[in-house]
Amino acid sequence: MVTTNAIYESLVKIVGKDFVSVSKEEKYFYARDGGLMPAHEPDFVVLPKTTEEVQEIVRLANREKIPIVPAGAGLALTGLVIPQKGGILLDMKRMDRILEVNETARYVIVEGGTTQGALKSYLQKHHPHLRHSMPDAPPSATVVANAVIHGQGRLAHQHGFNSDMVSGLEVVLPTGEVCRIGSCSVSPYWFSKGPPLPDLSGLFLGWFGTTGIITKLGLKLYPCKKMRDVMVLLTDKAELVPDILLKLSHTEMVEDVVISAQPLPLRFRGTFWIMTYITGDSDEELEFKRKMVWDAVWDYFQSRDVGILSISPDTKAPLLSMPSKDTTRFADVAKGGGFQYAGPITPIEKFPAFIRKLEEVASKYNVFYGSTTRLIGSGHCMMFSFSFSFNRANPDEMARAKKALDECSKFALEEGAVLWKADMDEQKMLMEKMDPNTLNLIKKIKQLLDPNGIMNPGNWEMS
Amino acid sequence: MLELKFDRTKCADCKGIFCLTRCQYLRLDKETAKREWQKIIHGEDSFVLEACTTCYACQEYCPFGNNPFYFIVERQEEKGILPAPRPIVTMWINQCQPVGRFMVGKVGEKALSYCFLPHFNTLVRGKLFEDIAGAVIFGQEFFCNAVYLHYARASVIKDRLPRIIENIRKLGIRELVCLHDECYGTFASLTPAYGIELSFKPIHYFEYLYGRLKQLDKLVKKLGIKAAYQRNCSARLVPETDHFLNDIFNLIGVKRLEREYDGENALCCAEIIRMGKGPALADDIQKRNIDDMVRSGAEYCVFNCPACWDALADKVSRKGIKPIHIIDLCKLAIGEAQSLKLPELAVEV
Repeated sequence: MVTTNAIYESLVKIVGKDFVSVSKEEKYFYARDGGLMPAHEPDFVVLPKTTEEVQEIVRLANREKIPIVPAGAGLALTGLVIPQKGGILLDMKRMDRILEVNETARYVIVEGGTTQGALKSYLQKHHPHLRHSMPDAPPSATVVANAVIHGQGRLAHQHGFNSDMVSGLEVVLPTGEVCRIGSCSVSPYWFSKGPPLPDLSGLFLGWFGTTGIITKLGLKLYPCKKMRDVMVLLTDKAELVPDILLKLSHTEMVEDVVISAQPLPLRFRGTFWIMTYITGDSDEELEFKRKMVWDAVWDYFQSRDVGILSISPDTKAPLLSMPSKDTTRFADVAKGGGFQYAGPITPIEKFPAFIRKLEEVASKYNVFYGSTTRLIGSGHCMMFSFSFSFNRANPDEMARAKKALDECSKFALEEGAVLWKADMDEQKMLMEKMDPNTLNLIKKIKQLLDPNGIMNPGNWEMS
Repeated sequence: MLELKFDRTKCADCKGIFCLTRCQYLRLDKETAKREWQKIIHGEDSFVLEACTTCYACQEYCPFGNNPFYFIVERQEEKGILPAPRPIVTMWINQCQPVGRFMVGKVGEKALSYCFLPHFNTLVRGKLFEDIAGAVIFGQEFFCNAVYLHYARASVIKDRLPRIIENIRKLGIRELVCLHDECYGTFASLTPAYGIELSFKPIHYFEYLYGRLKQLDKLVKKLGIKAAYQRNCSARLVPETDHFLNDIFNLIGVKRLEREYDGENALCCAEIIRMGKGPALADDIQKRNIDDMVRSGAEYCVFNCPACWDALADKVSRKGIKPIHIIDLCKLAIGEAQSLKLPELAVEV
């Protein structure tokens, strides 16, 4: 048995003394996130700089059968990078280079710890006519982690999940080999994560780091128009929302649609705010799109069920900001830094039922609630968040929030939704409901790729 | 319950039915106007109630001060007519609820009301306000509530306004300088129309500015500019304040350009109309208004209402006309800088 000290020395040898920590403070910090999953400390916190260093660390972990948890900014809120069984917490933040932008093939290659904020700034500065699908997470969220959890961003309506926009991967397998996925496996170009080859990206996206560590990622970029605007549609009838979303989607003119439902601040109470984002290279283009949006809901406008709010530049600015500052504001509405949401992915027809459930559960458990829904891929589905904020210094409030979340997740699953970035309890719910053959396939793949079960143990783990 | 002062005999004696014949959106002939107005008086259905854009102008057109617009609002509410979609009305009602959120400065007998408009945080600075800038009241608890005239909710005004007035009274305020026409209009027009008594004297900020400029006359330099004035909807409630604007302009050397859409024929900013009637009418109003400003040769568009600023400042600027709030115009005249400016490019991509 190799001693903890020997492991520490080996890690120091790989990354240098400054980038390995066993200090109490570091371990405390990496033991938790902003959500409700119980904390658990890692034994080592390691910050690699290169793919080769990652390889060496993984080989060490595999040899010594030490759990290893690759982490971005730890913002998933569902405990996905809490090291449930200790071991090595691999903080990827130092691998933050933006390696290449291909302007004509419209993709970027980033290292595994590059943040959303850094990529946004880089593109604005160097390639202002290109953009990526910025999620509404804090800007310190990493590009890779967001793809790994199938995150959604500001281009979700037009282009789907952020993982749909991946155009290639470099992965360190749990056994230490470096593997390229997609066109980059046979070509210097990272334009496709799969087609026309077998699409192996599915072995890593959505697995929460249980099948390998992504050290490089190609991401599709999209045209960045010169102007952008938001139209705020209001309705007080939840049952109309699915049809409104379909009508908006039908225009093929909107890049993003987000629905807010929350009782505070007061202006939100009693109405659903459907934020509809449009872009254009000219006033004429924007005006045309505005007209298309008006036309799409005109019948509802005439029946007085839907209005379009005239809003001041001051009100508009936070709605246009990327990421949305309002999301962060709501996250601390209860004061005390606790926030978690269940975000099932579901057909848009479920909106009225989900809103009813949210209100019922919030009332039952007496917790602060809100919901942000985002349309994904031309209305193919939506992410509906059952969001609760709580005071971390109030254990009773935390317990009530957790019960509320579990009840919402269970309800969503029964309604046919699939839980997004599921915490371990929700993963169990999903696996219980999953087709047994599918479950068995997942098990086989995991065993094949990670024979010693070292990768982020506790997640996608079947009994 | 508060009751509107409305004397139907005055309407019977009215020769012109100016409230409807002069309406810029209905353009009714006298016969039709008379017939429809009688229907409204007698509580019958009239297309006028549905078609009303809530521009407030009829309140100004009535030669008897008989409150025709407030009467229309009462009738609209009685009949459940929605001048704007229901969720817009709900949003407004919820947003401005007096729920104990407010800001009060060092208020003495004289105070300054920001009503519920954050723009004044930017506008109120410098010598013009040095004697009163700290004595501010702001927030839902001081919100004048006149906006509900646009949404056929006289009941909300009647419910909330007495509490607002009581809040002001409790602060011991004797003179309240209102920075928004709607606020002043509430206290100078709406409250007497409903027989509500005030414990303080409302002062229109035009009057206040004129007084301050005269006190600071050694600093005043004639600006020598030509300006189009953007007259707002709530100015219709208090047309008697308009002369102060001319007084200010004369003092600081600003020529108020004669144009088609000033004075009683003014066009509003149209954003309320956009929410109620849709974009076609609103766009048409804004285009006619701005084209008229351009035709008049305006260098500046002078704004009174912050909501008009939000709606039109960028649009007039694109036509080569400089937008400026009247407070900032006064600041320029005493050598201070404009505070309220166009927002930075309102896009982030």
